[in-house]
Amino acid sequence: MATTPISHPRAKSPARRALGRFGSKPGAMIGLAVFASLLLLMLVHPLVSGIGPNTIDLRAINQGPSASHWLGTDGVGRDVFARLLEGGRISLLVAVTSSVASLVIGFLIGAVAGLGGRIADAIAMRSVDVAMTLPPVILLLVLASITGPGIGPTILVISLLSWPVLSRLVRSRLLELGQRDFVVASRGMGAGLGHLIWRHALPNSIDILVVFATLQVASAILLEAGLSFLGLGVPPPDASWGNMLFAARSTTVLTNYPWQWMFPGLALVVVVLAINFIGDGLRDAFDPRSEGA
Amino acid sequence: MPLSPMTEPMAAPPADAAPEPTLRVDGLKVGFGGSQTRLIAVEDISLHISPGRTLALVGESGSGKSVTSLAVIRLLAARGRIVSGRIALRDKAGAVRDLVELDEPALEAVRGNDLGMIFQEPMTSLNPVLTVGEQIAEPIRIHMGLSRRAAMQRAIEMLDRVGIPGAAERARQYPHEFSGGMRQRVTIAIALACDPVLLLADEPTTALDVTVQMQILNLLRSLQQQQGMAMLFVTHNFGVVAEIAHDVSVMYAGQIVEHGTVRQVLKTPRHPYTRGLLACVPQLGTASEHKKQATPLFSIPGMVPSLRDMPRGCRFAARCVHAEARCREATPALETTDTGNIARCIRWNEI
Amino acid sequence: MTLYVVRRIGAGILLLLALSMLVFFLLRLAPGDPLSSYIDPMVSMTEQDMERLRQSLGLDQPLPFQYIYWLGETITGDLGRSLQRNGQPVSELLMASIGPSMLLMLSGSLLAILFGIVIGIVGAVRRDGPADVILAALSSVGVSSPAFLTALVGLYVFSGVLHWAPAGGMQEPGMPFTLSGLLSHLALPALILAFGQTALIARYMRSSLLEVLHQDFIRTARAKGVPRRKVILKHAVRNALLPVVTLIGSTLGLAVGGAIFIESVFNWPGMGLMMVTAVEARDYPLIMGGTLAVGAWVILANILTDVAYAFIDPRIKVG
Repeated sequence: MATTPISHPRAKSPARRALGRFGSKPGAMIGLAVFASLLLLMLVHPLVSGIGPNTIDLRAINQGPSASHWLGTDGVGRDVFARLLEGGRISLLVAVTSSVASLVIGFLIGAVAGLGGRIADAIAMRSVDVAMTLPPVILLLVLASITGPGIGPTILVISLLSWPVLSRLVRSRLLELGQRDFVVASRGMGAGLGHLIWRHALPNSIDILVVFATLQVASAILLEAGLSFLGLGVPPPDASWGNMLFAARSTTVLTNYPWQWMFPGLALVVVVLAINFIGDGLRDAFDPRSEGA
Repeated sequence: MPLSPMTEPMAAPPADAAPEPTLRVDGLKVGFGGSQTRLIAVEDISLHISPGRTLALVGESGSGKSVTSLAVIRLLAARGRIVSGRIALRDKAGAVRDLVELDEPALEAVRGNDLGMIFQEPMTSLNPVLTVGEQIAEPIRIHMGLSRRAAMQRAIEMLDRVGIPGAAERARQYPHEFSGGMRQRVTIAIALACDPVLLLADEPTTALDVTVQMQILNLLRSLQQQQGMAMLFVTHNFGVVAEIAHDVSVMYAGQIVEHGTVRQVLKTPRHPYTRGLLACVPQLGTASEHKKQATPLFSIPGMVPSLRDMPRGCRFAARCVHAEARCREATPALETTDTGNIARCIRWNEI
Repeated sequence: MTLYVVRRIGAGILLLLALSMLVFFLLRLAPGDPLSSYIDPMVSMTEQDMERLRQSLGLDQPLPFQYIYWLGETITGDLGRSLQRNGQPVSELLMASIGPSMLLMLSGSLLAILFGIVIGIVGAVRRDGPADVILAALSSVGVSSPAFLTALVGLYVFSGVLHWAPAGGMQEPGMPFTLSGLLSHLALPALILAFGQTALIARYMRSSLLEVLHQDFIRTARAKGVPRRKVILKHAVRNALLPVVTLIGSTLGLAVGGAIFIESVFNWPGMGLMMVTAVEARDYPLIMGGTLAVGAWVILANILTDVAYAFIDPRIKVG
């Protein structure tokens, strides 16, 4: 009953209720707590610690965890803990930026397909079909071979890859919406496509967008790590969780210096799990059917 | 369906001719939920059905009539449990056993064999990925130990017996190739495949068109005449009761409130609830009368009390126009009335 | 049924064509002279030879015409020559690496399907029991752990620490081929590939089976006196598998992604390893050929899934 004016003075808005449901999900709250504390650590550490991610300590090369280097050091004597937090900052930067980009692309293409008529719809959806034929990693490789490695190209590649799923979701929501009276009425009064997208499509797909953006950050972190792990993403000396794991492709590092790759790997899994829990919580929270369940 | 209380359903054996009933339920009480928050769905249910006779269990939704039938076949939902009572079934061999005492393997040997059951929704009661023939043959192979081929042969005979033309071809088809009425015939064939002594029918005609309802009722009646099984027929529809049943028990809020032969109960109801229910059924030919005088169809005011919040005393008191203070003091006992009905009302002879 | 299969294959070929267009134009954006992919670097050529070749390959034509020429060459099986690896024809390189990749992916997927279905059934039947909770936790981790990380951990634990498995490759270098040698090299990467997929299939199977167990026909089967165990295995599982079959199709596609990382970690001589080295060296003809081969595999897997689904679900009328 989206069109019924709220008459009851104590009735909460849907967004409020969703927030309330989100707050009552233990999984989502734990995810949020874990993610927030890691983020805080990443942001605060460079301000209080003297050891930077690229500070080389030649007296400590390939050393295990100790009091001076909590998570040990790598092959050139850099502190693994500092690099891990630096890697987290870069991974999150890449993930958040690319998620926002694919959010915008995916929403616009989905909105045009959903509201722009039959032909626009057919073109947009057939390109989505083609883009979704290939496993994402393959497309990632093809794009990476064109752009080459680097933080900017990595963001570009992941953004270009991730929008099709969102377009489909937005399109089907809007096709449903396109039949509703208020959209027909707007059209009849001469509203343009831009107006329809901004005033109707956006507010009506906000739940899809929020959930997608959250889960997309997790999958972008994984894509970045995968790309860097293959040596095609964020190049050294910048740190990222993926290129820290890249070091473990040498058997010596893998078996003799496990702290150099295990901690970034653990950080990766923990952050992705936390974000997925938050995303699942949001999805359930936006779904009114889950009320009381 | 128009109500015709004058119809005598069929030439049936008299109620007390059979020495031993097929099913005798005594003091059945069924609860739901864990051990702490147990909700009592039905209690003090006693009934008996003789071979060749049909007992109808009538009531509104939530009255516990389906729970009772599911308790008899011991297929209550996972949280349901029989708290107390006896469910004595006289099986094919003539041995009487209390189904409440049986363990799961023993129950499996009874279900589909001595007991058949048909359900309300023919569209969803059949397995979509197995052929109709396989589904009828399955209990035959389990209980009668026939080979795959012999069981299929019997399945085809059953399809033929429930009135499905071209049974041999139809047995190889899947449920989605059958209409609703035809599917209900298939479930009847499944339930009767092993020649059970008792057929449980849980609103088997509710989901069907009126004309198809009639066909299914006629089919059940003629099958009962051929095979001689007893039948427990759950319904909310008094028209169906008049068509199919010999005896009727009216249920309200988990209890039987009135019992008697169909003729007695329909003609001379003694419990106010039964009277109310019967008054709700429009009489054939009175529709235009209602319209002319602008009188709405009668309905019983109020709602069935919740299981969580069952009132003391007579459970119908809150909705009963004849209720007085003493009705709310203690649960009334079932009393035999002047017409031979049994009614759970302390004022049956005053109203 | 035949008509349905033919239609499905037709649609698949169209999709493959569209994909080839996408990849072709994408790669033309990349730096470098496309002519170099048709030159055998072992044979010296003059400027005029090059120009003649350029004309005969249509590389002097506008881009859409180039695509048509390229398509013609591709259909006749000439995918050009690799820029590295001494200019070996791409088709030869592909043929050599498809076998090992298929072996890895199919055995991994087969394990995943088996484990996933069994775990899903156990999870649904013993709902919220200890086994179900442990499996749910494991599958959460399985879904969130990327293949390269599980591959590293698996290699570290089973090869580095326990010495149960060889460190990589398809068999002992310099030793004659033996089946047991191949299997011992295959076991660890296949299990790791199966790990993530198992989690997905198990989750899906569990929820599908739970849904089926609530349906009316299950009660009908119980009322027939079918033992509970048989009700689950015969009546419920068969119905629950229907939606899972479609998931298996996309799993086969996902396996390609996982296989790339696993082949890299285990030095498994398949398409994934080849693609990664090709991308590192910007070996465009090889990237192109590999991408097409993967695309064809994914499309084929989806067709097979649809056909299998039509076969096992009697409600789908085809033809």
